[in-house]
Amino acid sequence: MRLRNWDLGFGILRVLAVVSLLSVLSLAQADGSQQNVLGRAGTFAIINARIVTVSGEVIENGTVLIQDGKIAGVGTGVQVPKGAETIDGKGLSVYPGMIDAATHMGLSEVPLGGASTVDVAEVGDQNANAKAILGINPNSSHINVTRVAGITTVLSFPTGGTIAGQAAVINLWGSTQDQMSVDPTFGLVINFPRVAAFGGFRFGRVDFNELVRRRDQRLEELKKTFRDAEAYARISDAYKADKTLPAPVTDVRLEALTPYIRGQKPVIFTAERERDILAVIKFVEEYKLKAIIVGGQEAWKAAAGLKKNNIAVIYTNSFNLPVQDDDAYDSLWEAPSKMAKAGIKFAISTGEDGGNVRDLPYQAGMTAGYGLSKDDALKAVTLYPAEILGIADKYGSIETGKMANIVVATGDILEPRTDVKYLFINGRMIPLTSRHTELFERFKDRVK
Amino acid sequence: MNRALIIFLMLAVTVMSPLSAATQSARETLIRNATILTAANGTLENSDILIQNGKIAKIGKNLKAGANAVVVDATGKFVTPGIIDCHSHSMLDAINEGSLSVTSMTGVRDALNPKDITIYRALASGVTAANLLHGSANSIGGKNVVVKFKWGHPVEDYPIQDAPAGIKFALGENPKRTHGTVQAGQTPRYPRTRMGVMETIRDAFLRARDYKRSWDDFKAGKTKIEPRRDLELEPLVEVIEGKRLVHAHGYRSDEHLNLLKIADEFGFRVATLQHGLEAYKIAPEIAKRGTGVSIFTDYWSYKFEAYDTIPYNAYILWKAGVVVSINSDDDERMRRLNIDAAKVMRYGGVPEQDALRMITLNPAKQLGIDKRTGSIEVGKDADLVIWNGHPFSVYSRPEMTFIEGDVYFDRAKDIAQRTVLEKERQELEKLDVNKPANGGGTTPNRVPSERRISDRDDADQEGLTGDNK
Repeated sequence: MRLRNWDLGFGILRVLAVVSLLSVLSLAQADGSQQNVLGRAGTFAIINARIVTVSGEVIENGTVLIQDGKIAGVGTGVQVPKGAETIDGKGLSVYPGMIDAATHMGLSEVPLGGASTVDVAEVGDQNANAKAILGINPNSSHINVTRVAGITTVLSFPTGGTIAGQAAVINLWGSTQDQMSVDPTFGLVINFPRVAAFGGFRFGRVDFNELVRRRDQRLEELKKTFRDAEAYARISDAYKADKTLPAPVTDVRLEALTPYIRGQKPVIFTAERERDILAVIKFVEEYKLKAIIVGGQEAWKAAAGLKKNNIAVIYTNSFNLPVQDDDAYDSLWEAPSKMAKAGIKFAISTGEDGGNVRDLPYQAGMTAGYGLSKDDALKAVTLYPAEILGIADKYGSIETGKMANIVVATGDILEPRTDVKYLFINGRMIPLTSRHTELFERFKDRVK
Repeated sequence: MNRALIIFLMLAVTVMSPLSAATQSARETLIRNATILTAANGTLENSDILIQNGKIAKIGKNLKAGANAVVVDATGKFVTPGIIDCHSHSMLDAINEGSLSVTSMTGVRDALNPKDITIYRALASGVTAANLLHGSANSIGGKNVVVKFKWGHPVEDYPIQDAPAGIKFALGENPKRTHGTVQAGQTPRYPRTRMGVMETIRDAFLRARDYKRSWDDFKAGKTKIEPRRDLELEPLVEVIEGKRLVHAHGYRSDEHLNLLKIADEFGFRVATLQHGLEAYKIAPEIAKRGTGVSIFTDYWSYKFEAYDTIPYNAYILWKAGVVVSINSDDDERMRRLNIDAAKVMRYGGVPEQDALRMITLNPAKQLGIDKRTGSIEVGKDADLVIWNGHPFSVYSRPEMTFIEGDVYFDRAKDIAQRTVLEKERQELEKLDVNKPANGGGTTPNRVPSERRISDRDDADQEGLTGDNK
C-alpha cells in the first residue's frame, strides 16, 4: 500500500480533466474494452492435467470436471459425461482461483488526478453504513486485467476516517454488483487510531505527546460510538419485543454497527506495528468482537493475543519497505514465515487499488524465498483467505462441490514466467481478454 | 552542517557497513561452479568467474586462482550481472527544484546522501548501479548522476566517473502541475498544458542555440567581448553537441513523439524515454531514431496518463529493435526488478537473455556505461550477483552482491550481524536519553524517527509524497 497525494482541489482545469476522462472512459466502453465479458457456461472436463488441489495432495494426470457452475469431480478416475467439452491439460497445472483479501477493486480506477473515478473514502470519521459493494464499478477495466492473471475473488474495502465502512467479497465476474457479490457486507473496516505523524512533513513537526493525545481522543470517540451502538441495539431489540415502548429514532450508522458490536460479523482493523496490534487486541477483548487485522507488519510479535482471540491477519506488506532504517532488509518478506511458525492464521494480500492486484502471486511467492514454505505461500492466496473470509466451503481449493473458480496455468502459478491458459469463474469459461490484450492486438503489428 | 558532524556521519557510515574491513582488501576472487547468465553470450553451466583487481579476468571451467584468492563456491547457484536501475531517486536528499520550468543549472550530484539505507537494501536485491534522476516537476529538470552503490564509501566514490553526463526532461501531467495545488493569490507556473510544455522546451533550445552561437562567434574572433556564462543554457548546448544524454520522462506517446521531433529539429538524439508506458504505440518512430525506452513492466492506472499502459509494451518495443530497460523509480520496486524482468517473458514471449538484458546490459547501453558494466564478459567490471536460484524465479534471492570485485552484500554475514545489532539496539534503548519521560509509557518529548519517503519523481523539496511518477 502506498501513501497517496490525495488532491481534491477543484479548479477549471480539473473540471476539464474530469470531462475528458469521462469521455475517454465512455469511448473505451463503446469498443467493449472495459466491459466485463461474461464467458460461457457449460460442462467442461480438464483432463491429463496436474491438479494442485491445495486442500489435498497434488494429483498428477488427473481430471477436473466442471458442471452447473461447480466442481463435479476431481481425481484420476473421474467419469467424463457425454457432451462435456474436453480440455487437454497435458503439461498444464490446475489451480483454484486466487483470492486477494485486501483490495479496493472497483472503487478506484485512476487514483491520482482522476477523482471522478475514486470512491474509496467517504467524508467524515465514522461511516459504518458506507458499503463498498455500492461503489464497485462492475465494468472497471481492472477486473478483467486481474482475473486473467488467475485471481478470481477479492475483498474490496473502503478507507478513510476511523470507521471506513463495510467491505465486500466479490467474484471478478458479473454485469452487476449483485452478480459479482459473494458477501456484500462481509466486514466493518476500522482504521484503528494510532500514533502517526502523517502529513507531518507538510504541516511541520508535531509534538509526540500531542500525537498520543490525538490518538487517545480518537480511541475515546470510537469507544463512545461502540457504547452508543450497544445501547441502540438493545433499544431496538426491546422495541421489537414490545411495540408499546417508544419507537427508537433510526440511526443508520449505529444500526449498521449492530452485527459487528455483537460479534456476529468480523471487524477488520488496519494495524501494522506491534503496539497498535496490541491495542487492537485489547479493544477486541473489551468489546468481545470477532476481528481480523489488515496490514500486520509486526503481527508475529503479538502472536499470543492474536491466537487467544482467534484474530487472523491479512498481510499486505510484501511489497513495502521496512519502516525503520535498522529493520532487517528482509523483515517484511520474513514476517509471514514468522506468523506461520507462531501459529497465526494469515493470508497474503496486496492492499492495492485494483490495477496492480495481479501482483498477488508474486507478493506471496517472494515471501517463500525468505522462510515461508511454498505450500504456505500458495495457501496464503487461496485457502487461507477463503477461510478468513468465511467462504472456504465454496472457494479456495479444488474439491468436489465447491464453486468452479479454476485457473489452468503453464506451471507454478506463483512464478512470474507462468502464463494462464484457461480461466473459469462460477463454472463459466472466461475469455482471456482485457483492456491490455485489446490494446496489444491493436498496436502490435505497427512494427511490421 | 558543521565539519565535526560531517566527520561523525562519515564515521558512522563506515561503522554501519557490516562488510567493509574483511572483504574489500581481497583483490582476487574466484566464483566457482555456478550457472552463469552472462547477458551477453548466453548461459554457461558449471562455470567459474575469476575476478582480478575488480575486473572479470576469466570466465570458464576449472579456473585456477592464486593462493590468496577468495574462493566462493557457487555450486547450485546462479550468477548474473549486477542489476542497473535506469530510473531512481535513491540516496537523493532533494529531488525536484520545481520553482522554475527550466532548471538545467541544477544537478542531483549536490543532493547525494551516501548513508541512505535504501542503498544497502538495493544491494540486497542485486542492484549495483543506478541512474539518479532529478524529478519531473518541470519541463527541463536538473542534471543526473549515474552511480554505483558503493555502500560504506564516501560520497565521491559513488558516481561512475566516465559515465556520460545526462539531464532530466519531463512531459505531461507532472510538469504542467496537474497534481499540485495553486495557493490563493499565487500565479500558476507556466506551463499548464501540453502545448506549453513543448514550447518551454523548444524555447530553451532556441536560447541555447543562440547562446552557443555567441560563443562560437567569440571563439572565431567575430566578437570581441567574451559572452557571460549561462549555467542554465550550458547543459543544453552540451545536449545539442551530443555531449549530454536526455532522459525524458513522459507517458503519452504523442508527446514523446513531439519531443523526438524537437530533438530532430535541434539535431540531437534523445537517449531514453523514461516511463514511456505508451511507447509501444510509436515503436517504429522510436526505433528509427535509436532512442531507448525505460519502462515499468506492468505498473499502470495509477494516474490517467498511465491508463493505456500494457504489459506487452516491452515485447512490442523489443520486437521493433528498441533498446528497452525496466526501471523502478521507487526504492521499493527497485527490490524486485528481477521479477519485473521475468514478467516480459510471459507477456509476448521475450527470450530469457533479452529479458535479463532489460535490467542489466540495456540500461548500461542507455546510460553509456556498457563498456564497463552490464554483462559478464572478460574485461568488464566485476559487478555481479550470486542468487540461490534462477533470478527469474519468485522464490530466489541474492546471496552475494559484488561491485568491482568487492562484496557489498553477503546474506550470511547480514544474518550473522543481526544479533549484534539487536543487542546494540537494546543497549541504546536503555540510555537515559531514550527512557520514557514520565516512566509511564510515554516517550520523550521529541519527534519519532520517520523515514524520508520522498523517493518519487514528483516529491518536492519539502518532502511531499505521492505516487506521482
